[in-house]
Amino acid sequence: MLGALGIDSVDVLFEDIPAAMRARDLDLPDALTELELAARLSELASRNRVDLDSFLGAGVYHHYIPAAVDQIVSRGEFYTAYTPYQPEISQGTLQTIYEYQSLIAELTGLPVVSASHYDGAAATAEAALMAVRATGRERILASRAIHRQYLDVTRTYLGDATLRLDELPTGPDGVTDLAALETALLSDAGPVAGVILGQPNAFGVLESMTDAAGLAHRAGALFIAVIEPISLAVLSTPGEYGADICAGEGQPLGIAPQYGGPYLGILATTEALMRQIPGRLVGETRDLDGRRAFVMTLRAREQDIRREKAASNICTNQALCALAATTYLATIGPHGLRDVAALGAARARELERALEAVGAPRIHAGSYLNEFCVRVPHAQQVHQALLDRGILAGLPLARWYPDDAQLSDGLLVCATETTTLGQIERFAATLREVMA
Amino acid sequence: MTIDAPPAATARGAGPALQPTLAELSRPGRGGGKVPHPPSDALDGIPTELRRASPLGLPELNEPAVIRHFVNLSQLNYSVDAGFYPLGSCTMKFNPKVNEWAARLHGFTQLHPLSPDQLAQGTLELMFDLQSELAEIGGMTAVSLQPAAGAQGELTGILMIRAYHQARGDDDRRDVIVPDSSHGTNPATASMAGARTVTVRSAPDGGVDLEVLRRALGPTTAAVMLTNPSTLGLFERRIEALLEAVHQAGALAYMDGANMNAVLGRFRPGDAGFDVMHLNLHKTFSTPHGGGGPGAGPVACADRLAAYLPGPLVVRDEAGYRLERPGERPTAIGRVRAYQGNVGVLVRAYAYLRAHGAAGLREVSEDAVLAANYLRARIGEGYQLPFGGPCKHEFVASASALRRDTGVRTLDVAKRLIDHGFHPPTIYFPLIVDECLLIEPTETESVDTLDAFAEAMLAIAREAYEDPDRVKAAPSSAPVRRLDEASAARQPRLRWSSAR
Repeated sequence: MLGALGIDSVDVLFEDIPAAMRARDLDLPDALTELELAARLSELASRNRVDLDSFLGAGVYHHYIPAAVDQIVSRGEFYTAYTPYQPEISQGTLQTIYEYQSLIAELTGLPVVSASHYDGAAATAEAALMAVRATGRERILASRAIHRQYLDVTRTYLGDATLRLDELPTGPDGVTDLAALETALLSDAGPVAGVILGQPNAFGVLESMTDAAGLAHRAGALFIAVIEPISLAVLSTPGEYGADICAGEGQPLGIAPQYGGPYLGILATTEALMRQIPGRLVGETRDLDGRRAFVMTLRAREQDIRREKAASNICTNQALCALAATTYLATIGPHGLRDVAALGAARARELERALEAVGAPRIHAGSYLNEFCVRVPHAQQVHQALLDRGILAGLPLARWYPDDAQLSDGLLVCATETTTLGQIERFAATLREVMA
Repeated sequence: MTIDAPPAATARGAGPALQPTLAELSRPGRGGGKVPHPPSDALDGIPTELRRASPLGLPELNEPAVIRHFVNLSQLNYSVDAGFYPLGSCTMKFNPKVNEWAARLHGFTQLHPLSPDQLAQGTLELMFDLQSELAEIGGMTAVSLQPAAGAQGELTGILMIRAYHQARGDDDRRDVIVPDSSHGTNPATASMAGARTVTVRSAPDGGVDLEVLRRALGPTTAAVMLTNPSTLGLFERRIEALLEAVHQAGALAYMDGANMNAVLGRFRPGDAGFDVMHLNLHKTFSTPHGGGGPGAGPVACADRLAAYLPGPLVVRDEAGYRLERPGERPTAIGRVRAYQGNVGVLVRAYAYLRAHGAAGLREVSEDAVLAANYLRARIGEGYQLPFGGPCKHEFVASASALRRDTGVRTLDVAKRLIDHGFHPPTIYFPLIVDECLLIEPTETESVDTLDAFAEAMLAIAREAYEDPDRVKAAPSSAPVRRLDEASAARQPRLRWSSAR
């Protein structure tokens, strides 16, 4: 190639870099052969401790992932393709995204779904920005019992000084204080664009979403639900309780925890807000011969067309994670998904009984699905002592709510269909021992 | 057992067939056996009014049907594993398979993101090393691995710049300057961060026009976002003067690192004076594109911005590796993502770095730039090259003469490439070039592939003069012909009906 270009060194092609700016040699570790690399990575992976009995959820859950899921997402035809800009040779990705949109619409009861969002936190933040755009208002009310990190990210995204986020308190039963919501909606701090509640909320407690949605709507605000997708097999859907937007973490749908990602931000909305939703959308159409096919559509919302007037700067979709979720839902099916949700609930009730019996009762009275808070004196020390005995006893709530006396001795614990009765017994027995 | 013929699922001759949807394949009672049944009273604790009222209309399929569905769908995709994918600005290089293997190691995948640090020492060490190595490559001081994509990295960088100005009492700096050749994410990011976008015209040579930039800079400028090499594949020749002007105006310089694949080990943005940048791990560092995602967009910054990087960063102390504690760096901007970012992507990028080392990375860029210049010379035999060379890792060509002479547009050329077995380049971007083709071969392609692609491009140019209608009718060998995109947007059908 050098010969064809009539040059004798590749350096000639870098002469446009000003001399003063040319880099010195990089100081990086030496290259490894594949054998050495594999050994190094195995060694690092083995240094993580993933063998404990874990009762930790707090937004990310260990579920059984059918073997079919990894087989499909490991196909190079899917994972080495790019955004389907050329629909004629991207029908695999496009139909997958369309099927994902359809499945999530079915699950959430909201008809318009975007597969573009990084995680539950970013989807929540985008939902808040959608509410601001759709209403022309600049104030968001968010329950303090949505995931702390989702609140942090939403605050970052709202960053602009003219937009504000106010937190709503929770009552002793662990649900958002709806009287406080009513007051906040009417306060002179400005009209509210959107109200955000979690279902289940960050304490695992179930909220009265219908009542909260009604209050939001009466004040002209949109209602945003932060959901956990597997729970929607058994819990009332955002569509049923009148949410305008739902956001959530898609990780439980066939995606491993991976210390934080990649995950899948679920974002769904109503027909009325279709043109406000950010990110890629795939629609059905026909080709010149009348065959059904799929294509990215409503592109006029997007950054590569609209630049500074776009609905968001989002460029990626999360196609591979959406593929995992689609394969998961297709494999597990409606009955399987209900079984996953209900078995997690059953195991959680066993866990509640076992922990209460050893002196760690629930903190909140409100009903829950598969995650709840228990009171354990000296929770942080107990958590550490259990860790030393091979048990990951959920999340010490003081980590997220350092100023809340009710929660300072709290542990947020969960069970799923993967939790065994033996693990529950061992957790309770060890807790008794540690607390004694 | 018979399966109804699904609508619109007919193959056209040989090759992969379009597929029915999961809903069309569904038959009541199929599937099951994946998880145990719960006890019948499992949901007794849930009040009726909080339970799902509508039926759960998910499809019912057995496992063979699911596998066949997705395997058949996969065959409808073009992919890097199958062929040449010269999509400019996207760096569609080969994705090494050992990286995929590594990311699936049980110890990496099963680690919960809220695990105490003592359980996460392997991943934390990997992240710590990756932070250091990316900082070294960028000539920067510190790195946050949190941003999940390039666009999120941009937002992070602009928010950090705002925090920097505000900490100095410089509250009026709310303008972000971008060249008209920039990625659409740059102005969209500025808007998202609550800034005003000021777009500056490029000079005739494709670079930023220094005089135009000087006029745009002022006491309200927060940042200038530059892509270097630019979206035209050109190294910004006036970079020293540009950065000097930016800093003299009291603004900071953001570098969109989308094109770092061209300059590894040759140019470090931090040395040159850029204050903050993002790196697209799914471009330069070989992590797969996944059909559009997930990727990762770590942010690297110089000393003066390090205090504002979103936390937690990974730090090292006597006890080992750990995440920063809440409040440890009180000036950090808020989180942009829950947990620690797309760690599975970070594992792959780390593997790529360790497989290459310093000399290997430099070679990556040399080979990428050589391939682009070689292909550029060959494409120039039949297309216009609006800018002089050499190019870096990608180049712009134009089909403007073809359009003038034959009516065949860049879109038609792209579609005809599909019939030749290639993925088309990026088309109609950057917006400033008429009938634009942005071509990026990457370093992982052989000269044989480059030649075959060039021959196809030249054959299409000849065909445009001989039989333009044939080019305009392309593709003819793909699973579908051109689609009716207008009616898809006019009457959006974004899901199948639940009534089956």
